[in-house]
Amino acid sequence: MENISIVSDSCCVELGNSLVLDEVSFSVNKNSLIAVVGPNGGGKTTLFNAITGLIPLTNGSIKINGIDAEKGKGNIGYVPQNENLNWNFPLTARQVVNLGITKNKPTIPFFSKNNNGIIENCLNDVGLYEKIDDRVDEMSGGQKQRVLLAKILAQGANILLLDEAFSGVDIGSQISLIEVLRKLKDSGKTIMIATHDINNISDRFDEVLCLNRHCCAYGDPLKVFTQEVLSELYGTHSSMFKNHQIGNHGNKDGP
Amino acid sequence: MDLNLLLEPFSYSFMVRSLFISILVGITLPLIGSFVINRNLGFMGDAIAHASLPILVIGSVIGISIFLSAIPAAIIIAITLGYIIRRSTVGEDTAIGIIFSTFFAIGIILLKHFNLATTLNIEDILFGQILGVSNSDVISTLALSLISIFTIIIFYKQILYLSFDPIGAEVTGLNTKFFDNIFLIILSISVIGALQSVGIILVLSMLITPAAASKLVMKNFLSAMMLSTIFGVIASITGLYFSYYINLPSGPAMALSSTVIFIICWIFRRSVRLV
Repeated sequence: MENISIVSDSCCVELGNSLVLDEVSFSVNKNSLIAVVGPNGGGKTTLFNAITGLIPLTNGSIKINGIDAEKGKGNIGYVPQNENLNWNFPLTARQVVNLGITKNKPTIPFFSKNNNGIIENCLNDVGLYEKIDDRVDEMSGGQKQRVLLAKILAQGANILLLDEAFSGVDIGSQISLIEVLRKLKDSGKTIMIATHDINNISDRFDEVLCLNRHCCAYGDPLKVFTQEVLSELYGTHSSMFKNHQIGNHGNKDGP
Repeated sequence: MDLNLLLEPFSYSFMVRSLFISILVGITLPLIGSFVINRNLGFMGDAIAHASLPILVIGSVIGISIFLSAIPAAIIIAITLGYIIRRSTVGEDTAIGIIFSTFFAIGIILLKHFNLATTLNIEDILFGQILGVSNSDVISTLALSLISIFTIIIFYKQILYLSFDPIGAEVTGLNTKFFDNIFLIILSISVIGALQSVGIILVLSMLITPAAASKLVMKNFLSAMMLSTIFGVIASITGLYFSYYINLPSGPAMALSSTVIFIICWIFRRSVRLV
């Protein structure tokens, strides 16, 4: 267990009347880079929200380093989808990364600890030190992702979740981002990225979690993408979700 | 310029009081307005101003000052609106619109019912009457402004984080609901504190226009926030002079002054990009 970072055991999540995650089980080793793939509405963001303890589980459990997800807030750094951030705020990279070091207690200017060292190190880790005083809302998609990554590094999180990190990011910036993520992984971080891009998955990631409301497959990208799994992930199979109840997915008769 | 022209108005004590309140309002509203414009909460600010009317009327009926009724009023309004924003299924603007018109209607009915024309002048509430403020009004506004400014300073990072990245902030363990309520409460307190000077209808202009103007010419949020308070003070004092010398109503004069500042910043927005 010591080498395992995240354990999801029969995790089920209901949103409204819809069962969005159905008995999802997997375990993520420490120091690994995982892709979470699946169609729109397949439950990738919901899974991240469950791992971070933002939404309650209907059934099953998720443990982060052996602790229930809801109690483990703060151990995980989360970069939500781009549209969930308020880019109206004209913030520099320094200001955004500094937000990662925010606690619940009040801060008094001039008397509070100076975080410049941490901020500079984190921006250095993502290769954006020279842009420390540039506005983040004016940066490219890939650079924005790297600044947000620096923010969660400043938070001190060892488990990093990035939702749709490659969305709207050109191929060159995707490669730069992956290089940064691989370095972070080598330095001891566990990283999960939700993505729609299933090209080059085996070059980029150690493992892949295929999610379409339930776990279709999990493991080595070179092995899991069988015709059956791809069909389950992206095929036209709306009938699968008829009467979708806990443990009753696909053509199964029920739990 | 003749210095006497600038100093003459302040030979009257009522003008000194007005100046003091103008400066306080000019600092407080744009400071909080900097968050308001970036969070698209302008309508919310307007709603708070309108929704405060019934509470001000009730306060007047039982004989307590705006200051004493402002804090409970701010808490009630902020928590109600905050709850509605988070839970509404009809859309944020729609829900705020319903609440704000309902509260305002109740306020007007109460005002007529209790026949408060002598103690609470509806025109003063709507358009402000800064030239008629008393010493106790000055103390009330000072206290409300200090509460707002102090809170925004000590919780600046928390409020900024939840405004910029609410999901990321919650995941780090930040009590986002608590800080969001704190923000809505100080927004309400500062709006209610400014009613005396700029009035319900024009409070929005001081909340939004200086902050929007400074965002056009400043590079980052913190410096834009600082400049917005300078713009707010300039707009308030300029409005006060116009009010004194040209006999303009004070609230609208302040609102138009801030609009002029906004237009100047808009013209120079491409050529000027400060820190």
